[in-house]
This record gives sequence, structure tokens and C-alpha cells, in this order.
Amino acid sequence: MTTGATVTLQPPTPRPSVAGVILIGIWAVVLLGLILALASSVSGDRLDRYGWLIVRGFFTTIRLVAASLIVGAAISVPVAAGRLSRNRVAGVLAYAYSYFFRGTPLIAQTFLIYYGAGQFALELRGIGLWWFFRDAYNCAILAFALNTAAYQSEILSGAIRAVPAGQREAAHALGLHAFPILWRIVLPQALIIALRPYGNEVVLMIKASAIASIITVLDLMGQTRYVFSQTYDISFYLWAAVFYLVLVEALRRASNALERRITRHLARAK
Amino acid sequence: MDSLALLSFGPNGWGNQLAGGVAVTVALSLATLPVGLVAGFFVALGKQSADPLIKLSAEIYTTIFRGLPELLTLFLVYYGAQFGFSALSKLILGYAVEINPFLAGMVALGLVSSSYASETFLSAFRGIPFGQYEGAYAVGLSRYLTLRLVIVPQLLRLALPGLSNMWLNLMKDTALVSVITLNDLLRITTVAVGATKQPFFFYTVACLIYLLFSMLSSIGIWRIDAWASRGVKPR
Repeated sequence: MTTGATVTLQPPTPRPSVAGVILIGIWAVVLLGLILALASSVSGDRLDRYGWLIVRGFFTTIRLVAASLIVGAAISVPVAAGRLSRNRVAGVLAYAYSYFFRGTPLIAQTFLIYYGAGQFALELRGIGLWWFFRDAYNCAILAFALNTAAYQSEILSGAIRAVPAGQREAAHALGLHAFPILWRIVLPQALIIALRPYGNEVVLMIKASAIASIITVLDLMGQTRYVFSQTYDISFYLWAAVFYLVLVEALRRASNALERRITRHLARAK
Repeated sequence: MDSLALLSFGPNGWGNQLAGGVAVTVALSLATLPVGLVAGFFVALGKQSADPLIKLSAEIYTTIFRGLPELLTLFLVYYGAQFGFSALSKLILGYAVEINPFLAGMVALGLVSSSYASETFLSAFRGIPFGQYEGAYAVGLSRYLTLRLVIVPQLLRLALPGLSNMWLNLMKDTALVSVITLNDLLRITTVAVGATKQPFFFYTVACLIYLLFSMLSSIGIWRIDAWASRGVKPR
């Protein structure tokens, strides 16, 4: 493998090496096997019986992720404000929040909320919140939202910090108030910086959402696990893999295109 | 106070079991780390290969394992290996061989972490000026020696932030292995919850233990960073 590194000063060799042919050959065999396995599970009545379950799970995943991201974005704003605040108490609280949710596994947080709420069923009934925590889907959204809020607050506060101080000072010198400075000067520039990490966060959230299946949410992963338990056919997991990969790749490309589009005024003239 | 008794190491507490779970979590993380690093390094070499086929192979690898949910990769490896191996071992040995969940976790997390590590290594490679290679060749170093003596030491420093992220993620991802019945910290916690009906308490404890690992890792990473940048940042 080391033979292929571009540490050479010669122009690239036009003839593919043996190692390259072997590697791509392995992938070709794997992908061929994959296609055969995928085809094997769509035969006859299986498609009717299980196909729509998986498609439904796919849409549940999208709804779950969208809800978590939106709620998480809302929570991330005060946390980011705390991270940027000069107030020591707010700063420490915001940092502790983001450190806890970034430093522990999402699956443990999800268990903590879902099973932990069960322990306080009586109290939650008392304050009229039990209907929310009774549903695994809601608990998953809450856990994911709290988790992504921690990451999003880091992205947001980092991006705001990355805007040069001169921008703020110039706006201040022109007599703008704090809110217009934030809204018209700082945030537009910060969001350009934050775009790529936000895109990454969406992808990470989609992948992490598979954890919801463990607390009985029938998302894409959950439906796939159900179908697997019925059929013992591993090719359904491969179908789920295809769905996830297509979703993630499409989003990654869309976010790249969006970034190119909104940073076109920054692109250097050729 | 009776909550603390639940954590004691005696016959009535869950201390011993939890410590065993911690040991499994740590062992899995530490065993997977070198797999992810070495595989990630070679995938990064492949990604900047002049050979288009090697490059394409490496890119397929990272696209797949960075795009799949870690949980799904784990299931694919675990159940895939179970089906594959049991079919194979039935054919050869006459009985089905059980797949070790530890090994399955190691392979799955190795695939995931190596594809992340390869991205980190790749951008670190790009951060090393071409003159470093040229200078090394000019003084007569072989390709291997150039890599070992000139490139890798700089690579480590440049890749360290990304690699430390990968390590923290790896450690958190080991919690997923509890789903395929490996007795790691999270699964032991779940067992304790089943016996004591104290989910909130035990999952909080588990989270705090993971948090402790993250903190200890940060301290370790900070020291490694000081060591790796010893030549660059005069203090």
C-alpha cells in the first residue's frame, strides 16, 4: 500500500498497479455480493410484507432527526449565549451542559431519559407530563435534542468567536446597537463559518438516530430489526444500510453545494 | 444514603460488577484504538495515492463506514459474521462457531474509527509542505525513512486534534456494544437497573463514569500534545 503514496516526484503512472487492481477487485466482489443479497430479499411477497415497513421507518427516521435538530437548535441558542457570556456563572453552566452531553454516550443519555423517567412515573403524572415521557419516540427526541444542542452550541459559539473583532468594533463605531450588530454583521458571517460543521452535525444526528431503535422506536433501524427478527434474513440490514448511505450522501452533497453557493462572493477570482 | 450502598463493593452492592463493566469498556476502547489508527493511516495513504484504483478503493471504504450508523455497522459485522462463520464452520467443523461480541465490536468500531482517522491523517498529510519530502530525498533518505523520520513526527502533531476526537468518539461508541450482549459498563448498568429498579440513579452513575473517562482522556491528550509539539512551540 505504501508504494502508492504520492511522495514521488514523478508524474502519476498511467498504468494501474497490481495492488490497485486487487483492491478494486475486492470491492467489486463485495458490491456484487451486496447487490445479489439485496435482490434476494425483494422477491415475491417479502416486498409487500416488509418493504413498506422499512420505507415507513425511513420516514420516521427523517421526522425524528428533523424534530431533534430543530428543538436542539432552539436549546443551543441560550447555551451558546452562556458560552460567550462574560458572566462567570452563565459560562460555567453552559460549559458544564455542553461538556456533559458531549462527554457521555448518546445511548446512555437516551436510557437515562427513557428508563429514568419511568422511575418517576407517579411524579410525572402528578405534574401532567407523563403522556410525554410514556412515549419512547418523545424520549428519543428529547435525548437527541439535548445532545445535539450541546454540539450545536459549540458550533455556534465557535463561529461567532471566529468573526474578527474588527467587524464588531467597526459596527460599534458607526453607532449600531448591539442587536443590529449581532443580526446584520456578526451572525451572517458566523453562519458561513458554521455551515460545514452544521452539515456534519446533521449527518451525525442521522447516524446517531439509529439508537432510538433500542428504546423500541420503529425508525428505519427499528423496523429493520423487527423485520430481521421475523425473517432472520440479514439482507434487510443491507437495505437499511443503503437507505442510510443514500440519505447521508445526498445531505453531504447538498450541504457542499449550499456552501459553494453562499460563499461564492468569497471565492477568489481566477 | 441507601443509593450509595448500591454502589458498594460488597455482596449487596453493584461495585464489583460495575468495575468489571468498566474494565470491558476500557479494554475494548484500548484494543480498538491501534486497529483504527493503523488501518486509518493506510487508508489515508491510499487516498492520496497516484493510482486511481487504490484511491477509489480507499474512498469507497470511508464513504461507507462514515455514512453508516455505528449501530448498523455493528449489527452487520456481528450478524454477518455469525451467519458467515456458522455456515463455514458447519461445513468444515460440523458445528457452528459462536462469534465473540468483543471481537465483533472491535472489528465494527475499528472500521468506523479507521475511516475517521483516515480523514484526519489525510488533512495532516496535506498540512506538511512538499519541501519536507524534497529535503529528505535530497539528503538521501529512502522513501521509508523519509516517512518514518521526517513525515510521521510532523503528521502526529498535525493529526492529534482529530485523532483525540476519534478516541473520544470511539470510547463513547463502545457503549453500543452492550446491544450485542457484551458485558460492558452500559450493559452491566442495565442489568443493575433490572435488579434494583433504580434506572435514574444507575444510568446517571454510568454517564458520570463515561464523563470521567472523557476528562482523563483530555488530560492524557493534553500531555501527548505537549510532547508532540515540543519542537514547535517554544515556551
